[in-house]
Amino acid sequence: MSALLKVVAPGFFTTVQDSGRRGYLHAGVPVSGALDRDGFMLANALVGNDLNAANLEMIGSGPEFEVMASSVRIALVGGNGTIEIAGREEAIRCDRSVRLTKGEIFRARLSSDSFCSYLAVEGGFDIPLCLGSRSTYTRAPGFGGFSGRQLRAGDILEGPNEEAAARTEVMLNAPRKPRFDQPIRVVLGPQDDYFTKEAVQQFLSATYKITPASDRIGFRLEGPLLEHSGDYNLVSDGIVTGSIQVPGSKLPIILLSDAQTTGGYPKIATVISADLPTVGIRRAGREVRFQRVSRDEAEQIRRAEHAELMSMIEAIRPLDGLQGLNLEALYGQNLVDGVIDGANY
Amino acid sequence: MADFRILNAADSALIVEFGSKIDRKISERILALAAAVEKARLPGVTEVLPTFRSLSVNYDPLVTTGRELEHRITGFVSDSGKVSGSRRLWDVPACYDPEFAPDIEAVARAAELTPAEVVTLHSETQYHVYMVGFVAGFPYMGDLPAKLRLPRRADPRTRVPPGSVAIATSMAAVYPYESPGGWHLIGTTPIRLFDPDSERGALLRPGDGVKFRPVSKSEFAKIRKAVEQRNYTPASKEIAV
Repeated sequence: MSALLKVVAPGFFTTVQDSGRRGYLHAGVPVSGALDRDGFMLANALVGNDLNAANLEMIGSGPEFEVMASSVRIALVGGNGTIEIAGREEAIRCDRSVRLTKGEIFRARLSSDSFCSYLAVEGGFDIPLCLGSRSTYTRAPGFGGFSGRQLRAGDILEGPNEEAAARTEVMLNAPRKPRFDQPIRVVLGPQDDYFTKEAVQQFLSATYKITPASDRIGFRLEGPLLEHSGDYNLVSDGIVTGSIQVPGSKLPIILLSDAQTTGGYPKIATVISADLPTVGIRRAGREVRFQRVSRDEAEQIRRAEHAELMSMIEAIRPLDGLQGLNLEALYGQNLVDGVIDGANY
Repeated sequence: MADFRILNAADSALIVEFGSKIDRKISERILALAAAVEKARLPGVTEVLPTFRSLSVNYDPLVTTGRELEHRITGFVSDSGKVSGSRRLWDVPACYDPEFAPDIEAVARAAELTPAEVVTLHSETQYHVYMVGFVAGFPYMGDLPAKLRLPRRADPRTRVPPGSVAIATSMAAVYPYESPGGWHLIGTTPIRLFDPDSERGALLRPGDGVKFRPVSKSEFAKIRKAVEQRNYTPASKEIAV
């Protein structure tokens, strides 16, 4: 094992995550794992890692690191974020790999457009498995990931590779299309029958806004109130990532990676698995609408979404000569506008 | 007409619902189905989660479909009772000394009992673990003797000490580590109910049994020391189902 990176500044909330912890729901252990499954996997793919290798999820503001190994290869994925390297004039944009050498100090400058971003290192980090996963669960009692907590200044992340061989760096063929303007697709239930018909209609037609009281446990929404048809306390049942529960406040909460495993409030609908990554990257203040699909449709959409992700990974290609041009500006502009034309790249 | 419903949690899980209240018979049906689904090792089923009212069958939609699972599960429900999982009865030491039981006197007053009677009633009951939730390793156990049933505290605590043995409504529980909580604290166990460094994770699983064994302050200290040195395994035995 070699020291790879030393944390100079931890950023607002940086944790080690992987694809999540399976097999312990019966013990009350949350799934955890990356909020944005696709961004997490793309970061791994750009540095040639196993797609489920543990990497860093960053929320709010990005961390700063010093390279401890003789060289490392890293990749940032998240909106239009950049990597700023001390002493280098131009920032390195996201969605590509870059090789850094011992002593270099770099900061992940996170996109203002994405709630979370991912930083992967070639060869991965050496993080012990805890209950079958390397994901961090930071709430009490705190376990998994790096000592069961978010990163702090002075932490040293280790990995198997003491160096990253020089080679042509790679990039995504085209940036991701987050489709922020599209509704989030849901399957109604399991407890839509705990709401009035009007409330279900309201839920499917209204526009909600993600409030700042949102984190890895869930996104709280504000908007029209949803009336329960009777009691809003129910005898607890299981929660999944994407369950939309409506407690006594009558306002929906989309439950995410670190949510409790069981809960006693009715769940009006559930986000389809294909749309979980695009929920996870939405920031507070963004508007969301919901669209109903059937379970069978949800499964078809997921298969198509997965195929699309796999083709993005297959299309990863050598970095082209455009890097000297003002690609970052072009790139950022398109993401902010939400109008993406892959042909421009 | 079927006496269960299969509900959807989108393309992430099927929720097989057997009722809407806390009921031992419902729990047994859920546990039997859980054992049947686990035994069948259906491709794409990632895990099952028994709760008070239902069994969540979580699946990977890239491997299987809800339609296929619905078909299989419906078959298992009618066969339920033929398969049983591994269930254990645990001996859980608990110290009921007022120093370790901040609410025992108030509970005794509210129930019109002496603290000693509260201890006897609580420790002579064999509890059934309905589900584990709220926080990792927190067992919802029942059923509490009728005389000990009280509503939750009007004023929930922001910090409940780890190992607190608690009661509220028809349920008994143990807080695995410090957390907020609104239940009445009538004792403390020196053992750990959740250990992320163990493969089992939580000591107790849905379907397990629990019997509390009153211990003195000095025995509590002795067991706690052994637990800290990772040198204590609570006694348990297989439950015949």
